[in-house]
This record gives sequence, C-alpha cells and structure tokens, in this order.
Amino acid sequence: MDLDFTQADHDFRMEVREFISNNFSQANASGQNIEKYHEVTSDQMKEGILDWHKTLYKKGWLAPHWPTEHGGIDWSVTQRYIWDQECANAGTTPLIPFGLTMLGPVIIAFGNDRQKDWVLKGILSGDDWWCQGYSEPGAGSDLASLRTKAEKVGDHYVVNGHKVWTTLAQYADWMFCLVRTSSEGKPQQGISFLLIDMNTPGIDVKPIITVDGGHEVNEVFLEDVKVPIENLVGEENMGWTIAKFLLGNERTGIAGVARSKKAINKLKEIANSEFNDGRPLIEDSSFNRKISELEVDLMALEYTELRTLAKESKGEGPGAESSILKIKGTEIQQKISELTLEAVGNYASPYLTPLSVRSYGSNYPEVGPDYSQGAAQNYFGMRKTSIYGGSNEIQRNIIAKMVLGL
Amino acid sequence: MDFSFSEEQTLLRNTIESFLQDNYGFVARKAIIKSEEGMSNKNWQQIAELGLLGVPFSEADGGLDFGPVETMIVAEEFGKGLVVEPYIQTVVTCGGFLRRASEEQRQEHLPKIISGEEIWAFAYAEPQGRFNLSDIKVSASKKSSSLGRIPSNDAYILNGNKCVVSAAPWAQKLIVTARTSGEQAEKEGISLFVVDKSAPGVSTRDYKTVDGSMASEVLFENVTLNSNSLIGEEGKAYPLIELVADETIAALCAEAIGAMSVLNDATVEYCKTRKQFGQPIGKFQVLQHRMVDMFMQYEQSVSMTYMVNLKLDESETERTKAASGAKVQICNASKFIGQNAVQLHGGMGMTDELNVGHYFKRLAMIETQFGNADHHLKKYSSVS
Repeated sequence: MDLDFTQADHDFRMEVREFISNNFSQANASGQNIEKYHEVTSDQMKEGILDWHKTLYKKGWLAPHWPTEHGGIDWSVTQRYIWDQECANAGTTPLIPFGLTMLGPVIIAFGNDRQKDWVLKGILSGDDWWCQGYSEPGAGSDLASLRTKAEKVGDHYVVNGHKVWTTLAQYADWMFCLVRTSSEGKPQQGISFLLIDMNTPGIDVKPIITVDGGHEVNEVFLEDVKVPIENLVGEENMGWTIAKFLLGNERTGIAGVARSKKAINKLKEIANSEFNDGRPLIEDSSFNRKISELEVDLMALEYTELRTLAKESKGEGPGAESSILKIKGTEIQQKISELTLEAVGNYASPYLTPLSVRSYGSNYPEVGPDYSQGAAQNYFGMRKTSIYGGSNEIQRNIIAKMVLGL
Repeated sequence: MDFSFSEEQTLLRNTIESFLQDNYGFVARKAIIKSEEGMSNKNWQQIAELGLLGVPFSEADGGLDFGPVETMIVAEEFGKGLVVEPYIQTVVTCGGFLRRASEEQRQEHLPKIISGEEIWAFAYAEPQGRFNLSDIKVSASKKSSSLGRIPSNDAYILNGNKCVVSAAPWAQKLIVTARTSGEQAEKEGISLFVVDKSAPGVSTRDYKTVDGSMASEVLFENVTLNSNSLIGEEGKAYPLIELVADETIAALCAEAIGAMSVLNDATVEYCKTRKQFGQPIGKFQVLQHRMVDMFMQYEQSVSMTYMVNLKLDESETERTKAASGAKVQICNASKFIGQNAVQLHGGMGMTDELNVGHYFKRLAMIETQFGNADHHLKKYSSVS
C-alpha cells in the first residue's frame, strides 16, 4: 500500500499539463468569448461547447477510456485520473458525455460493425451530437416503467411517446432512446435500445426552463417517428441490459473531486475578498470552519475514489461503490454552491440572464463583483445533481440492497 | 397565555386570502414578474384600498392602528402568495422609521404611503458592509461639496453608494443611512435621511433579482438634502435602525412561514399522487421521515415567528435575542424545507413551470436578507 505516483506518472502529468496550457483557450470555452450582454445564437453556443472537444480530437486524446482500435488510448487508470485532474485544475470545458462516455462504450460492446463505424466516428469528430432519451413523465426513478412504444412495421420501427429531462437535446443530431417493444413479462424485459435521427419527421423538442433561468433540459415528443430497424442496438428487448451497462460506465469522474477542489479554492478567494465586520470573511471562525469541514469531506471522497480506481486497475469492476461516489460527490458540489452563495452576501440576489437563454431576449447588466455573478442561480441549479442520474435516494437503495444485503 | 387570533385578525387574514385568490394566482404572478415593470400597480392600489398599507400606523396618522400581530398576518399571507409588491419594504421598514419621525414628517409622507401613491425603499447595505448595519461609508456632510456648491447652514450633502436596495426601482422615496460623523463601522455618528429618488445627483442601476423582485445599485453624487429630510437626531440613528431592522426581520419570518406552509402542503400532496414502482412515493418511509422533518422545521419556525412578533416592544436585549433567534431558525428551516421540497418533487421541482422552485428561491433570499444564520447566531450569542 502506498500513495505515491511513479516517476512515469509524474512525467505524464507534466506532459498533459503543458498540452492543456498550450491548447486550451479559456476565451473559447463555453462561449465565454461572446460579449457579456450580447445575444447568443444556438449555433454559437454549440460551437463554444465543442471547441475543446475538437482540439482533443485532433490530438487523439478525446476518448482515453475507449479501446485503441476504436480511437482510444491505452492510458492506465492512474493516467486517466491524472488527466481528469489536470483538466479540472485548468478549468477546461467539460466534455459532453452523451456520446463519449455513455453511448460509445455501449456501441463498442453491443453494436454491429456498421454501427461501430458510423456512430463512433461521428462521436469523435463532434459531427454527431447525441442526447439521451431515457426518462419519461411517468418513468423517472422507476425507469423500467417507460411507455414510449416502438412497433415494427416492415423495415422500420414506428415510435410514439414522450421523453423528458433530455439534456441539451436542442443541439442534438441523434438520440439514443429506450423504447418499449414488448409488454410481455416484467417491464424490464420488453425494452429496446434505438438510435433515432433527430431530424426525422414527427420529433418535437420543447425547452424546459429551470429554476436557475437556464435552458439545458427539454421534452421530446415523438409522433409516428420512423426508425430503420438497422438502428436497433443489440437485440430486440435487451435494452435494459444495455441501459444498466451504460449506467455502470458513467462512473468515471462521477465524484467530481478535482472540479470540487477547484471550486473550493474559488470559494476561499471569495471569502478572502468579502468583508465581514471589517475583516476578510475567511477569518471568520464559523465560516472558516465550514470550509474546513467541506475540505475534509472532499479529502475522504478523494481517497474513496482512489481506492475504487486502484481496484479497477486490478480488473475488479466497481460495484455499488459508484453509488457512494455519486452521493458524496453531489452532496459536496451542492454544499460548495451553498457556501458560495453565503459568501457573496447581499450580492446573491441580482439575476443574471444565463447564456443559454440569451437568444430569447432581454438581459440585465450584471452588478456586484465578478465572483458573485450567478452564485444564487448556480446554487439553485445544483439541486438537480441529487435528482439526476438516479436520485440520491435511489443510490442509497442500491447500496442497501447490493452491499448491505438488506 | 393565548396564541389564538381575534375575530378581527381572522377577518383580516380572510380578506387577504380572498384578494390573493382573485388576483395572485401563479400564472398572474408570473406575468407580473416577467413584465418590464416587475410589479403590478393595479395590485398595489388594491392593497391600498383594502387598507393594508395603513396597518401599523396610528389613527392620527391615518392608519389602522394595528400592532405586530396584524403585520405578521399580512406578511404571512403575502408569503403564501409569493407577493412581489414591496409591502415589507414600504410599510414595515420605511413605515417603521416614518412612524417614529416628527409630526411634520409623518404628515408629509404617511398619507402618500397609506393611499398607495408612493413606494419607499430602505437603502442601507454597502458593498463592504455585508450584514453590518453600522458599516457605512456613505456620508452626509455639512461641508461644501467638491463641486463647490455651498449648502445653507442646515443642509447636508450626500455622497456614496448603496447596494442591492430592494424595491428601489419602483420607489419614489428612499430612506438612506449615512455617516454624519465618526469612523466607518462606528455605531455613533449615523443618521437617517429621506431622499427623493428624482433629486439631482441620485442615480440608480435597476435590475431583477433571482426571487422575482427588483433592486437597484444607488449612487449619490453631491445630493443636497434639506434639514427636514433628517429623521430623528443627527448621528443618533443607530438604535432606531436596529429596532426597525428587528421589526423587518419579524415580518420576513412571517413571510417565510407562509412560503414554507405552501411548500410543505405541495410536497405532501405530490408524494401522495406521484406513483413510482407501483405505489405513491409517499409510501416510502425514507420520504415520510423527510416530510416529517420538514413539518417539524415549519412548526418550530411558526413558534419563533409568533414569539418575535410578540416581543418587539421589549428591552433592546430581549428584542435582539428574539429577532436573531427567530432569524436563525427561519434561515435553517428555509434551507431545509426549500431544498427538500425540490428534491421530493424530482425533476419537476427544478422547473420554472412549477411553483415549488419559485418558493424555494424566495426562501433562499429571505435567508440572506437582513443577515444570514451565521450573522444572527453571533448576534444572539453577543447579547445572551
């Protein structure tokens, strides 16, 4: 048992750090080069988000977790961890996970040769933006109760239904979608995994505006949408197996340790700049204590994640541990946003029009220090993290059942 | 000991309830907060016609001569309706200063507040001051200004800036805390002034706030004030500021329990009807216990809100303990109830379309207004 990285790991860290500093442009990230009060078109948003993706594609570093024959790299688990850490420290634009993290591994494991060819290429090049058609109004935590129906008619499926909380579907070219192909047996047994072209007639994407004022999630209505049968992944009615495989693959970086560390550093900077009774807020013992407690909690999570990674590098797949990472990771992220809101004091209240809705019209000039911008909205928005990806209540159920045998 | 409401108080509550039912549905409110104006003048006039703008003022001043309990009832009901029209800012806070002002000042200003002709805002916070009411840089001096305008003997020149002045975009008048002597953060040397927002040298930067209200950054550049704009004695305003801040906190607590009750009811109702895994999610014990905790937080908050509103007339120490104690409870409960109401509603709780998120946001802002839990815990321990 030791905590040290090897010299090779250290060299690797220096190499990726240099690459990031030479190639990541903060200005291009997430449309930050767009003028503060300017209207932002949907295309500009998409371009901003894809900028870093395309840089990594050129370098060949986009999909380290894929097998090399499909465009991955044979980085060790430790190297991948270092890479994630360095990206977070530099504040690089988070990569859109739907293709790279979620669908890619599914296609590699279950897709046929044709699918492996076109789907993986499109994901890597950034030409195909994927979204995830999972949740429905009546099927949230209980995903297996989904009702969107696909009926086989000739060489097509005809899909009818209603998906919800579809993240960034407004930019999507394609959707991987869970549909019901059979009502026989248990609900899990009649689900299939389909690839649907978002330009097919009968698809209607409607924005859902969230409490932070932003537009990230959508409703997707499907009415008599024709999907060629070659867009079925795996076999008919094996969608649930694929869905479970996909969720298991989502674990990389789910704890968000490196990004949380960075956010705590920012919180400390804010607490250094804000004054409380004439002294920097960071010197206030009760506030300082809250930051320290948060840091200790994050340290524990970091080593829990490292233990998981170490196990993984020996080929032992993580089981329900990933639920610990999800619960603690999101609780810490939420707590950071909560303390950041607290730190900015009175300047918590000004509303800042989020970039994602600037194309809809008016926005108000920001007021107060830069670091206070959007602090409250971020706090509101972060509430979603304990709801999405299997709510934290569901994650606790998983641990109770799978680990504790209750 | 009696915690029941009189017939008259119940009637007052019913009147507000039916006003809100008729005019303040969720859809109507959304239209109001999305409008350029950000509030409804028509509603404000109706609130005036119902007599609500005169609640705390004496009969001699044209008011209803009611006490803190009636103010609490209004604020609680407005909290249930998420009313954005600036009742607390105008009537409780600015009204709180004015009803202790000179006869002449009361006669000049109160009729316009009571009739709904004027909205008032209290400009006290400064960027460096956080929640400290005496950390004031804005100055009012009798010296000549840099522009060389020499005021007459009894006039002041006001300079400096105030931040996040709630309701200021709608206000005709501001009550401003300013330093007439002493060092920054000293409790001595603070004075209160009535400032006409249209006076030369006053400029504002108006914006919407995350809870659906509006606020302004206010800049004073050599604003000339005449002597009858001074409320109370020069340099001696601090105790009055603390008193009115505590009264405002008592009203904010009432607004908060109104909002909490709506969230708790909505959450219980949702968990009874939302089905997953073949049963209403309210059947799951983990969610039941969460809702029980939300309910207990609410009951504790109601208790503290009644307590503080009944103790506003006590000694300064007792009053501070009551107000700071109540604010700590309300901050903690607002956070717990707001966050869990969203959590139990799942994705729906995150949408702008459902009322839940809007109550959550308002409660989060009540947490910071007039000092958060940390601030008041410290204040509480300093007097107990």
